[in-house]
Amino acid sequence: MTTCGELARFLMAYLDRELPEEQRASFEQHLKACPPCVIYLKTYEATIRLCKKSCAEDARLPGAVPEALVQAILKARRATK
Amino acid sequence: MNPLPSSPAEDQSLIAALKAGEEHAYEQLVRRFGGWLLGVARRLVHGEQEAQDALQDAFLSAFKAIDRFQGDASLATWLHRITVNAALMRLRHRRRRPETLFEDLSSGDGARQDPNYPPVNWSESAEVAAERAETREFVRAMIDELPDTYRTVLVLRDIEEYDTAETAKELGITPNAVKIRLHRARQALRDRIDRRLRAFDPEARP
Ligand SMILES: [Zn+2]
Repeated sequence: MTTCGELARFLMAYLDRELPEEQRASFEQHLKACPPCVIYLKTYEATIRLCKKSCAEDARLPGAVPEALVQAILKARRATK
Repeated sequence: MNPLPSSPAEDQSLIAALKAGEEHAYEQLVRRFGGWLLGVARRLVHGEQEAQDALQDAFLSAFKAIDRFQGDASLATWLHRITVNAALMRLRHRRRRPETLFEDLSSGDGARQDPNYPPVNWSESAEVAAERAETREFVRAMIDELPDTYRTVLVLRDIEEYDTAETAKELGITPNAVKIRLHRARQALRDRIDRRLRAFDPEARP
């Protein structure tokens, strides 16, 4: 029988479908009986989505390279060629 | 993620111009891909200056290597890799924090051992929270606080969307180490976000 600790430890393997069949079944049985672990799983997945969103290009300073940096790069190229 | 829109035909003519050593082509390359790649560098190194230095390293490497560019990957993918390399190189030479700070991160024991027991399911309100700049800012700050050895894995896997094997190769660690670090980094982030979002009220106006 999977414990809460094991569930947390093997959560990523479970989500990546890397658990052996037997362990997977036991894992899912645990989830059916343990609402806190279901929440843990959902908030774990939400964390991944939040990471992606927070670092998405449009959430950051978008687009252009600072002009001074463009010039510095081109200057460095001419100096090293 | 978010590769810039550029057509293969545009790439082809730019590559040809670069191989021919045409001055304007270098500038065009920097302007077309620089902003996107600077974002990549910012996620890996600490601080704007380091990010800009990493970007410069990356372009200088790219200019040198352009003759060997085969076109089996897209120009964007090729530049992305070079930038990741340059950023990781800078990071290795400038270890900022002792790795022991990870001690206070998640023990990985999950729900029942969660210090914030009872658990709150904020997975749906997170979608609302993510619309706010301050939430995204907070999440980025939490990512930035992770020790480099964990943060780099998280950034490459979850944000740049490298697979386990690519990440392992890039970082010079085993695929298994990638998995362990990724899981622990996500757990640590989950715990920290939990502390903030369990009190989040989706109805409240920003
Ligand atoms: Zn449980």
